[in-house]
Amino acid sequence: MKKIVKKILIVMLVSVLSMTILSACSSSGGENGVVYVYNWGEYIDPETIEMFEEETGIEVVYDEYETNEIMYPKVEAGAVSYDLVCPSDYMIQKMIDNDLLQEINWANIPNASNIGEQYYVQSEEFDPGNKYAVPYCWGTVGILYNKTMVDEPIDSWTVLWDEKYENNILMQDSVRDAFMVALKVNGHSMNSMDEAELQAAKELLIEQKPLVQAYVVDQVRDKMIGGEAAIGVIYSGEAIYTQRENPDLEYVIPKEGTNVWIDSWCILKDAQNVENAEKFIDFMCRPDIALMNFEYITYSTPNDAARELIEDDDIRNSTIAFPDLSQYENLETFSYLGEEGDELYNNLWKEIKSE
Amino acid sequence: MTNVLRKIYVALIFIFLYAPIGTLIVLSFNASKSRAKWGGFTFKWYAELFQNEAIMQALTNTILLAVLSSVIATIIGTVAAIAINKMNRTGRTIWMGVTNIPMLNAEIVTGISLMLLFITVGMRFGFVTILLSHITFNIPYVILSVMPRLKQLNPSTYEAALDLGAPPLKAFFKVVLPDLAPGIFSGLLMAFTMSLDDFIITHFTKGPGVDTLSTKIYSEVRKGIKPEMYALSTLIFVSVLILLLLVNRTPKDKSKNKV
Amino acid sequence: MKNKKLNSLMASPYILWSIAFIIIPLIMVFYYGLTDKDGAFTLENITAITAPEHIKALSIALLLSLISTVICLLLAYPLAMILANMKGNQDKLIVLIFILPMWMNFLLRTLAWQTLLEKSGVINQVLEFLHLPALEIINTPYAIILGMVYNFLPFMILPIYNVLCKIDPNVINAAKDLGANNFMTFIKITLPLSIPGIISGITMVFVPALTTFIISNLLGGSKILLIGNVIEQEFLQANNWHLGSGLSMVLMIFIVISMIVTAIFDKDGEGSAL
Repeated sequence: MKKIVKKILIVMLVSVLSMTILSACSSSGGENGVVYVYNWGEYIDPETIEMFEEETGIEVVYDEYETNEIMYPKVEAGAVSYDLVCPSDYMIQKMIDNDLLQEINWANIPNASNIGEQYYVQSEEFDPGNKYAVPYCWGTVGILYNKTMVDEPIDSWTVLWDEKYENNILMQDSVRDAFMVALKVNGHSMNSMDEAELQAAKELLIEQKPLVQAYVVDQVRDKMIGGEAAIGVIYSGEAIYTQRENPDLEYVIPKEGTNVWIDSWCILKDAQNVENAEKFIDFMCRPDIALMNFEYITYSTPNDAARELIEDDDIRNSTIAFPDLSQYENLETFSYLGEEGDELYNNLWKEIKSE
Repeated sequence: MTNVLRKIYVALIFIFLYAPIGTLIVLSFNASKSRAKWGGFTFKWYAELFQNEAIMQALTNTILLAVLSSVIATIIGTVAAIAINKMNRTGRTIWMGVTNIPMLNAEIVTGISLMLLFITVGMRFGFVTILLSHITFNIPYVILSVMPRLKQLNPSTYEAALDLGAPPLKAFFKVVLPDLAPGIFSGLLMAFTMSLDDFIITHFTKGPGVDTLSTKIYSEVRKGIKPEMYALSTLIFVSVLILLLLVNRTPKDKSKNKV
Repeated sequence: MKNKKLNSLMASPYILWSIAFIIIPLIMVFYYGLTDKDGAFTLENITAITAPEHIKALSIALLLSLISTVICLLLAYPLAMILANMKGNQDKLIVLIFILPMWMNFLLRTLAWQTLLEKSGVINQVLEFLHLPALEIINTPYAIILGMVYNFLPFMILPIYNVLCKIDPNVINAAKDLGANNFMTFIKITLPLSIPGIISGITMVFVPALTTFIISNLLGGSKILLIGNVIEQEFLQANNWHLGSGLSMVLMIFIVISMIVTAIFDKDGEGSAL
C-alpha cells in the first residue's frame, strides 16, 4: 500500500514539474503600470488586450465573471480592487445607487464619440446624464425558432404559450427576462412594480410551465443548433452565431416589444488606476478594435464607426445585429427596482419554479 | 459463472462512469464549435490549446493548488483524525461535528463566508487565499476517509510495539501508519479530486488574474464552452491514464506469476 | 499522561485551523441568518422555510438525494466487494480507474450527460438505430438522480472498499468453517464490519447531493427547484444573504439530523473504537 502512495505522489510530482516548465514563460508587469479589468466571460477578443499592452505598456490583469449577480458581491465587498467593470444596464443603476462607480471624465476618452448618439440616449434610462457608462455591447431579446419545426411565421411572444409546441420551448432561466416576456404579453412595462400586473405575469408563466422543455440561460444556443427545441428565447448577439451553425434558425423581435440591453464600461469608485482605465476604455472605443471585438463575440457594437468598417454587407445591414429600433414599439431597458423590487420578483419566480 | 457476472457488473459500472468522458473525447475532435453538431474531424483545437496562454496558466494553477492543498490537508487531516480518535467521547463528537461543517454548508455559503473572513482580516486575494480555502474544504474528506480505518485498527499492535521497546514515533510509523495507508491514500485522492473540481469557493476567494480551469470553464459557459477545453480534458485524461499504467508496470510485477 | 499531551499537540493544528476557517465563517453565516437587512435580530430567515415553495424545494431535494444515496450504496457495495476480493498488484489500479473520471471537470462531465440524454442525443440516436423506444428522461427528476448517482458514486465506492480491504480474511474463513453459508457470512460478518465505511459513504454522497444546484439546472432543465437552487438564487440573484444564510442553517439542521440517525446505526463502530 505504501507503494501505491509513493506512486501517486510520483504522478503528482511529474505533472507539477511539467506544468511549471510549460508555464515558465509567463509575463511580468508592464512598464506603465497595470489596469484591473473585470468583464463577462468570453466578451472580448484576447488579441485586443495584447495589442493594448503592446501599444501602451500597461499590463492588463483581466478577470471574468459569469453573471452580473456573481460580479456584484465581489465588487461591493471590495474583495479585489478592480478598476473597470462591464455590467449591464440595471446593474449599472444599482451600482450608481450604491455609490460604487465614479464619474467618467469624457475629455480623456476621445474615441467615445464613435459611439452612436442613440445609445447614449438609451443609456439615460439607467445612467441619467451619461455620467458613468460607456456603451460596449448592446442587443435585444427575442425568439429564435427553427423554420423546419414551426408551421407559421412567428412574430409574437404568444407562441410561447401555444400548446402545439409542448416540450419544444426553451425559456430563459433568469427572473427579469422571464418576467419581461410575460409582462410584454400582457401589455405591461417590463419594469413594472404593480402587484396586480406581476401576479398576472406569474399566473401566465405558471400556465406556460408544462409546455417548457427546459429553463436555460446559456445552453439555448447549443440546444437550438442541435434541433432539440423549436422555439427559444435568446439574446440577439447569439443569433448570428447560431444561424451560421444552423441555417434553419430565424431570429425575430416580437411585436409586443422587448428588452433592449446595453453592457457598458464603468470605472469603479475605488479604482487605483483611473488613468489606465480611461486609456483602456478609449482603446476599446477605437473603430478597428471595436470591429475586432464585434467579429469575435458577435454581439452588436454601438460603435457606429466600427460598423461602417464591417466588410460583409449582410452583417453590416443585418436587422438582427443592427435593427432599426424606431420600427418597434414598446422597447424598454431594464432598470434597477431596488431591494424590494428584487425581492418581489425573486419570490414570485420561486413560486413559479416550485410549481 | 459468478465470476462472469462479476466482470459484467464491473464493466457496466465502468461504462456508466466513462460514457461522458468518451463524449468529451469525441467532442474534442469536433470541427463545429457547438456541442450539439458534428462538423467533421479535426485536430485544430489541440493546436489552438497550446497557443492559449490563459488556459495553460489556469492549468498550472489548478494542478499546483490541487497538489499543495491535498498534501497539506492530508497531513493535517491524518494527524487530526488520530488525535480525535483518541479523545473522549464528547471531544470526539464535537470535533467530528466541526469536521462535517464544511460538507454541511452549501458550497456557496462556504465560499461567501470565507470571502468575508479574508476581507475582515485584510488579506490580499490571490493564490494563497484559494489555497487556504481548498485546504479547509479538503481536510474533512481526509478525516472521513481515515476515521473508518482508525476504528478498525487494533490498538494492541501499537501497544505491543511499545512493550517491545520501540519508541512511540517509530512504533507509529512502523505499525500504525501502514495500517492507515489505504485510508490516507483515498483521503488524499479525494482531496485532490475535490480541489480540481471546485468552482464556487474558488470563485469567491480568488484574486484578479488568478484562474483555475474551473473558473475559466464557468466563465465560458455563457458564450459556450470552447472546444479547446474538451481537448485539454482529453489530454489530461489520457496522460493521467498513461502515467498510471506506466507507474503500475514498474518492475517486480508479481501479478504475472500469480496468474 | 504523556500520551495526553502528545494527543493535544497532535490535535492543535487542526483545532486552530478549524476555528479560523470553519467556526468563524460559520458564525458569520449564523450572524447573517439571524439578522435582517438593518442588522436587527430576527428569526424570519429561519421560519421562511415554512413557505410552501421552500418546503417543496426541501422535500424534493431530500427525496432525490435519499434515492440517489440508496442507489449509490446498492451499486457501490457489490463493486467494492469485487474490487476488495481482487488479488495482486492490479487492484489499486482498478480502484484508481473508478476515481479517474472525477478528474475531468464536473461541469464538462455534466454537460456531456446532456449531450448523451437529449431528445436527439447520442443514446436516443443509438436506440432509434436499434428500433427501440426513445429514452425521455432529460429535464425530469430521473435525470437529476442519474446525475447525482454519477457524480457521487466514487465517494461511496472508496470508503466501503477501504474497510472491506481491512477485514481479516481469516474471520470470514472461520465463519465458513463453522458452517455459515455465504449469505450468513455476509450478514453476520462482512456487513457489520463494513458499517463505518458505509456511514462515511452515505455522508459523502447524501450531503453534496442535498445541496447541489448545478445538476438540477443542467439535467433537470431548471424545472425542478431544489433547496440548493433556492439558496443559490438568494445569494446570487436576489442578493439576499440573510435569507440565504437562514435557509442554509435549516439545511444544516436536516443534515445533522440525518447524521445522528446514521450515528445510531454506527453504535458498533463507536464501541469498538473505545
